[in-house]
Amino acid sequence: MKLQKKKKPSPAISTSSLPDIVFMLLFFFMVTTVLRETDLKVTVVVPQATEIQKLEKKSLVSYIYIGSPTESYRGKFGTAPRIQLNDAFASPNQVVEFIEKERAARAEAEVPLMTTSIKADKEAKMGIVTDVKQELRKCNALKLNYSSSKRAEVYN
Amino acid sequence: MRRGRGTPEVNAGSMADIAFLLLIFFLVTTTIDTDKGIAIRLPPMPEENQPENDIRIKERNVLKVLVNANDQLLVNGELLSVKDLKRRTKEFIDNPRKDPNLSESPTKAIISLKNDRGTSYNIYITVHNELKAAYNELREAKAMGDFGKSFDKLNESQQNEIKDYYRQVISEAEPENVAGA
Repeated sequence: MKLQKKKKPSPAISTSSLPDIVFMLLFFFMVTTVLRETDLKVTVVVPQATEIQKLEKKSLVSYIYIGSPTESYRGKFGTAPRIQLNDAFASPNQVVEFIEKERAARAEAEVPLMTTSIKADKEAKMGIVTDVKQELRKCNALKLNYSSSKRAEVYN
Repeated sequence: MRRGRGTPEVNAGSMADIAFLLLIFFLVTTTIDTDKGIAIRLPPMPEENQPENDIRIKERNVLKVLVNANDQLLVNGELLSVKDLKRRTKEFIDNPRKDPNLSESPTKAIISLKNDRGTSYNIYITVHNELKAAYNELREAKAMGDFGKSFDKLNESQQNEIKDYYRQVISEAEPENVAGA
């Protein structure tokens, strides 16, 4: 009878499925991971907002960072907010070139779906943000996202 | 199923260790931050030598929001706290009491936003957020009133109907440089 078998001293728990579990977790993280491709040279604390939307296709988003240079670059560039494109500091007139490069890296059909995300520090002034916006308008990159984090309280 | 005696079983005991090592590597390097933010659409650049189309808009249909370099708000000539902006905007768009100074109808309402080059980005986002919130709340209220459902749960044509009624028109003027920033 099967019931009689259970009287034996309890066997050690089989750990043979442990690799499977771990591999499953591993694959999950491998799929979801995005290796940080740019080193941030500016400090960015994005402003908070309540009406935020998620950006859908990550591969179609180009990022423009605006903020004051991090400590190691302060000696050279000062503390005034600057623009960072890819890995380097840039001036507003380099934005057009940057967008063109981003477009060239994508399939033509995807170009109209591309979004530009401005990750600007909340202490930055509108002057520099406006310059970037004007450049984006020049090269017809009109889908824009102001990166911000979720704020819990809602003004009434 | 019977195994030949010559080939011993491969020891899979260290498999877990290897997998753990990889797992920890990905755990550390991973950034699951989906980028979130306020989505807007910029107006296209006006073409050169384009005739200036002079569209006349009644003054009552425009809500003028000015933000100065000290992050103060002036809404239709009236100093306002950013916390009251949403309420004021909703009142302007919907105009439930048919105030002759507020918009004729929600479809005609236009919000004009102007800021200084010295305005902080933080307040700019907050203002944008409040304006968007005003529209979202009005749309939600209309969805509840007309269809008895939340706006998100409506089908596309119903959503578009409401979106057409509360058309979000935020026109942004070029900022002025007053503060010299």
